[in-house]
Amino acid sequence: MSENQHEIRLTVNGTDHDVAVPARRLLSDALRHDLGFTGTHVGCEHGVCGACTVLVDGQPMRSCLMFAVSAAGHDITTVEGLARPDGELGPVQQAFRECHGLQCGFCTPGFLTTITAGIAENPEPTEDEARDMIAGNLCRCTGYQNIVKAVCRAAELARDDRAPEGGAA
Amino acid sequence: MTTKMMGAKVQRVEDDRLVRGTGRYVDDVAPDALHTAVLRSPHAHARILSIDVDAVLDVEGVHAVWTYDDLEGAMAEPLPLLIPHPTLTHGRTQYALAKDEVNYVGEAIAFVVADDRYVAEDALARIAVEYELLPAVVGIEAARDGAHLVHDDVPGNVGARMEQSNGDAAAAIAAAPRTLSLDLQIERSACMPMEGRGTVARWDPDQNRLQVWTSTQTSTGVRAAVAAKLGLDLGQVDVITPDVGGGFGVKIVHPWPEELLVPLAAQKLGRAVKFTEDRREHFISSAHERAQVHHVEVGFDDDGRVLGLDVRFWHDHGAYTPYGLIVPIITSTQLLGPYKPGAYHVQFDSLYTNTVIVTPYRGAGRPQGCFVMERTMDAIAAELGKDRADVRAINFIQPDEFPYEQGLIFQDGRELTYDSGDYPAMLDKIKELVDWDGFESFRAAKAAEGKRVGLGLACYVEGTGVGPYEGAHVHIETSGKVKVATGLTSQGQGHQTAFAQIVADELGVRFEDVEITTGDTRRMAYAVGTFASRAAVMSGSAIHLAAKRTKEKALRIAADALEADVDDLEIVDGVVSVKGTDSSIPLGTIAVLSNPLRYAFDEASKAATQFNVGDPTKPPVAEDDEPGLEGTDFYSPPRSTFASGMHAVIVETDVETAEIRILKYAVVHDCGHLINPMIVEGQIHGGVAQGIGGALYERMAYDESGQLLNASFMDFLMPYVTEVPASIEIDHLETPSPLNPLGIKGAGEAGVIPGSAAFAAAIEDAERLPITAMPISPSELFALRAAHAQESK
Repeated sequence: MSENQHEIRLTVNGTDHDVAVPARRLLSDALRHDLGFTGTHVGCEHGVCGACTVLVDGQPMRSCLMFAVSAAGHDITTVEGLARPDGELGPVQQAFRECHGLQCGFCTPGFLTTITAGIAENPEPTEDEARDMIAGNLCRCTGYQNIVKAVCRAAELARDDRAPEGGAA
Repeated sequence: MTTKMMGAKVQRVEDDRLVRGTGRYVDDVAPDALHTAVLRSPHAHARILSIDVDAVLDVEGVHAVWTYDDLEGAMAEPLPLLIPHPTLTHGRTQYALAKDEVNYVGEAIAFVVADDRYVAEDALARIAVEYELLPAVVGIEAARDGAHLVHDDVPGNVGARMEQSNGDAAAAIAAAPRTLSLDLQIERSACMPMEGRGTVARWDPDQNRLQVWTSTQTSTGVRAAVAAKLGLDLGQVDVITPDVGGGFGVKIVHPWPEELLVPLAAQKLGRAVKFTEDRREHFISSAHERAQVHHVEVGFDDDGRVLGLDVRFWHDHGAYTPYGLIVPIITSTQLLGPYKPGAYHVQFDSLYTNTVIVTPYRGAGRPQGCFVMERTMDAIAAELGKDRADVRAINFIQPDEFPYEQGLIFQDGRELTYDSGDYPAMLDKIKELVDWDGFESFRAAKAAEGKRVGLGLACYVEGTGVGPYEGAHVHIETSGKVKVATGLTSQGQGHQTAFAQIVADELGVRFEDVEITTGDTRRMAYAVGTFASRAAVMSGSAIHLAAKRTKEKALRIAADALEADVDDLEIVDGVVSVKGTDSSIPLGTIAVLSNPLRYAFDEASKAATQFNVGDPTKPPVAEDDEPGLEGTDFYSPPRSTFASGMHAVIVETDVETAEIRILKYAVVHDCGHLINPMIVEGQIHGGVAQGIGGALYERMAYDESGQLLNASFMDFLMPYVTEVPASIEIDHLETPSPLNPLGIKGAGEAGVIPGSAAFAAAIEDAERLPITAMPISPSELFALRAAHAQESK
């Protein structure tokens, strides 16, 4: 009972990958086990915890609830794609580090991708909006206190990035 | 001048890899591995009549399918009983794969190895098992009743009955001016780390050697268990704990069936093999905790002083007892908290049920003990019409009474003797932090708005840093970089950061030059594990001692090289110098000098060849010396340290819907000297959130047939950000422990301990009706209101 394989092209962090997968293969498994993007973590496999969140065309999606074949032709961003082009930490990554927004780090990639999309949509979140932004992701270590701080700090860092050089005024 | 790192809010070195997605968790290693799946019992209690695996053999991509009959030797024996307390008269453990009988939904029956997990699960669906159903024993009441037995040879379902006392509690209660009795209960919850269990193994036939990566809280424990079960020498087994996605207690249990079956499969098949647990499996086949029913009798005087306390409780330990009696022993001893009752007697029964095993979950029996003691304190205050804080204060052990002997034996078999603390000072701090004295006017103001609020307080003492020991190895390389290994594991506590802080301070090296490795038996073969808030105390102390030893050697060699007295030397930023002079030598050069070489391979090693180093009339390595600039040491304390804390919470209970909102949460915490306050506060935040989960949301909903009805994150309600307060006010008290060189006590579990006690008190205070069972949901509170109104009529 060998399974039908589907030849698909997945675009992950700007690079195309050709891969053959059965129709039932989850995007999370394809990313992790077929393409080696092990930064995407699987915490529940039923779409509740948010650890596996990746960006599909910029929108947060639970990669455990999506088949790899459905992701073909879309731009996928994983946690590995959040660093700056020069290799330095991206704003959300840096904010998590500065604010002690992670402990075991397992849920972290899902928060990072979710917040990346969140602050793109709302560049100046209030604390309440920061809490809303992460209200669909579970973390068992941090009690969320420092994650909320990290959302606000990430938004600040991202704003600084967009500000013109030396644009103090 | 090197800045002192101990006590500084240093950013974590772990974070760079973890935020980039380049951490290595167990499922990330060995991408070429075969995958496995486990057939688990769908019944809580049944005899296995037959298992037919024939249909599996046709499935393309299946490499092996095993049942109990395929296991041999030690693998066919029951799993180890890890903590064989003499009181555990009827200890039972399961088999790696069920033999003849299953005792909980989720118990492992068959094991499949396949190309991937999908195929492995296809194969499971083809295994046919015939069962004869037996009556399931679910819940403490059914276990206590004993009408049906979990194990035929365990009468009354009682695994153990344990009793301890200090003084004559019954007589003290009988003679007391006032008495009360309470019935109190706590339901099941579980650790629920975001990463479940997982194990990867690779057998190297060229070396006859097994390498195991596992998501565990004890690498050395798994190593010993795997070696014993597979009939290998310890030297043939390496266990590496990679990044671990949370533990909270459940991953101290070992060996899990899969932790043995995966290495065995790797050895038999000659391939890397992997098991990655899914979430449903974590619910039904790892471990739970907390369920206990308690009966309290207390005698006290008119001031609220406890003269006699008698606690009888029943502990639901699930289907098997691999972790012994640790949880109920901790409840029975740590229940006393910061108080000194005139006399104390405690007795518990540890009971079998046809449910998932019970082993420590963060707090490990303390949340229940704290709940019982603090509910008792509140009941005494209510009875006397006294301030709840005053009743606590009158029962406190005083600062001049340490070391304080509680007259009991603790979980480690040692006397329960508190090392240090200052409970009155802590009470002052928490009262100030939560504005205890201003609360009645706050209540009145809220009442004027038609709102109902309540304030709760809970105090605890936590035995931390239990033995037997931990060790550390410190190695200064010729580059001047410092490589440190300790054997216990990390699952998010920031050990790589906190331990590097300790080393940087002791050695006088740059923090950035220190690299810490944990949980790798190749680097440190002697270790115990990460549990009981012991890592900072045990490994922190061992690392401090090993660094000290290494420093002594460095200074001895430097004194020789610089022709100076050891006492005149100092190490700053990795350079040893004679104080007040230009005369200096880097630690890297000392490392070169410490290892006389025959062969040179670079400039540094050229300087260490026999032509350049040492007195040609003496042996290159002195008789009482060893080559290399390194030091190993172990820390083994006589007994536990005792951290303490007090939490206060203000809640609003919705007058209409009975919804419970947190308005303020305050924590005062004493874990002795803080290594990294940022990390300690993070631990408290996480603990408080788990405390909120345990108090208001989380429970394991078993039906009477032993099916776990809420085995998913959809139905088991863990706090999201929406369930935790916007801020948690924290204040620290630092009473150093006299038991270790750094004066530290441990902070991992603290935050969760008083959660249920504090919330029960606050809800009771808001509602003016007794809260005796936790967790409590809005519907339950609503029902309690109705029942109370009925009674009051």
